[in-house]
Amino acid sequence: MSELLRLTGISKRFTKSVDLAGRIANVLGAKNVPRVVHAVDDVDLVVSAGEVVGLVGESGCGKSTLGRVIAGIHPPSAGAVFWEGRDINAMDAEAQKAFTLGVQMIFQDPMSSLNPRMRAGEIVGEAPRVHGFTDAQGQRAYVDALFQQVGLDPEYKQRLPHQFSGGQRARIGIARALAVKPRLLVCDESVAALDVSIQAQVLNLFMDLREQLGLAYVFISHDLGVVRHIADRVVIMYLGRVVESGPRAAIFGTPQHPYTRALLENVPRLDARKRRFVTVKGEIPSPLDPPPGCHFHPRCPHAGPRCSREVPVKTAASQGHIVACHLADGGVD
Amino acid sequence: MAGPVLAVDNLATHFFTRDGVVKSVDGVSFEVKPGEVLGLVGESGSGKSVTGFSILGLIDPPGRIVGGSIQLNGEELVGRSESEMRKVRGKSLAMIFQDPMMTLNPVLRIDTQMIEAVLAHDAVSEKAARARAAEALGMVGIPAPEERLFAYPHQFSGGMRQRVAIAIALLHRPSLIIADEPTTALDVTIQSQILAEVQRICAESGTALVWITHDLAVVAGLADRVAVMYAGRIVEQGGVDDVLDRPCHPYTQGLIGSVPGAHPAGARLHAIPGSTPSLKHLPQGCAFAPRCTRADAACAVAPPITMNQGRAYRCFHPAAQAGASA
Repeated sequence: MSELLRLTGISKRFTKSVDLAGRIANVLGAKNVPRVVHAVDDVDLVVSAGEVVGLVGESGCGKSTLGRVIAGIHPPSAGAVFWEGRDINAMDAEAQKAFTLGVQMIFQDPMSSLNPRMRAGEIVGEAPRVHGFTDAQGQRAYVDALFQQVGLDPEYKQRLPHQFSGGQRARIGIARALAVKPRLLVCDESVAALDVSIQAQVLNLFMDLREQLGLAYVFISHDLGVVRHIADRVVIMYLGRVVESGPRAAIFGTPQHPYTRALLENVPRLDARKRRFVTVKGEIPSPLDPPPGCHFHPRCPHAGPRCSREVPVKTAASQGHIVACHLADGGVD
Repeated sequence: MAGPVLAVDNLATHFFTRDGVVKSVDGVSFEVKPGEVLGLVGESGSGKSVTGFSILGLIDPPGRIVGGSIQLNGEELVGRSESEMRKVRGKSLAMIFQDPMMTLNPVLRIDTQMIEAVLAHDAVSEKAARARAAEALGMVGIPAPEERLFAYPHQFSGGMRQRVAIAIALLHRPSLIIADEPTTALDVTIQSQILAEVQRICAESGTALVWITHDLAVVAGLADRVAVMYAGRIVEQGGVDDVLDRPCHPYTQGLIGSVPGAHPAGARLHAIPGSTPSLKHLPQGCAFAPRCTRADAACAVAPPITMNQGRAYRCFHPAAQAGASA
């Protein structure tokens, strides 16, 4: 498979500057400094053509921010993005347009990502007309075809977003993304808000589209069951860093990082009845003030002195299976 | 053998809106025994939350309970006045909501709220009430409960707030707790912590639990019995192993088939076609018939409850393995 997208050393920092009161206090001798959140910290990621990469983590782990960096919504604070082998910052305008159209995003809540005053047909049909995929005459047929592709009746083009059910709104969001013929879809919790039976319909649609159009996906989710079902490769994030990544079979079969293992043990399963819930102690720390060394060490059952001193480096556990843990890299002492 | 803690019989809660009557709950019956965990499962709009709110007497106009009975420890709750309900609520019957901020007042300290809840039902000194509050916080796994009592709700994380809400529910050692999606908004590792605490507390104190959720996998790990709701009715109920391993009702089968974890990776999910019907325009007969693969002419009449070896379902065409003798 050819490489579609490559991220190297991507970091995204959000800075909250000192407000007026703070600056006045600074003049008087206080020491207020800007607060920095490392939402994404030195992440490498490769997405091949036609591949589904699952991006998993709990709230505040930076998975949505990383998705937005991939989709070009947030510029990264550090690191480089390569699209088909070319650095997007060194591209000419035409290639840059191919990148921005080539990566489309599908959001979690269709109600807040669809303009409530636009009709479904306009929502889907606007971008392809602007970008020259179709003209004013061809727009109707173009939109009809997209509606059919995502399993919506083209009759519904005249409806407003609030007249659709949640599952149908998700389909409109997908049709809008497909309208500019992307090669990579970034799905940020796109099925999280849907009921199970509707979620299954939409997941089936994602898999059909992948087969028909050869799409690649970056599938962001907190739901390991969904990710295991749909992803070829899985990336686990914790507090802005990738702790483990690898092929699906390796992550779910032989997880290496204690956090990955804890996540997998904690996922409720249909076949686990009246189980005893084993828990990871403690809470997810604030990304404003992450623990030193390995971010997971305060909650880790195997933590040793080295874990609070050194940031673990990424080590290969097997082919394509990368883990950032001192256990895999010479021990914790 | 003690009777059930909760016996709901043929409960009907309807909402009288300008566009017509919404039959959110229509003929729901179930029982919960002491110490038992019942998982009430359904998708949005199935009436599972309204069932929970009806039991607590929290249905506001235009909604009202139009029929049926709810008995808590043998005492009828339907038709009680608000002041009589207040004596029950929080005392022998408690609720945990999805959003703990529905329980907690954001401008009051935790101790103010918890001591008020203790004194609402028991004539004890404030000192004793404070000690009980601290004890309850400790029970749900909040470190340093005496100090944390002085905190405001916003000083807690989401998981900790839900623990506080659970601690408030536990203050009077109720015989029944109704939990409405209390872990849905939480992360997986935090959800597990809460489930572990709830499991331990119910086992230790013999509190019965009705766990309302859309997540079959959570129910699998927690519940003794499962009731599956669809469009205001319980379509199937029984022991957790029976219902999840050998579902009778096509809707239950569809729900289980929709869970990604139950399939080999990459396989097509057995999604249920169509979407949930509007409760204002329910089809005559079985509400699931338009989405059902086994529907035929018989389904134009609402199917009655069929009892079969400790299981109950509403279907004329139950799955073969359980329906042979039906």
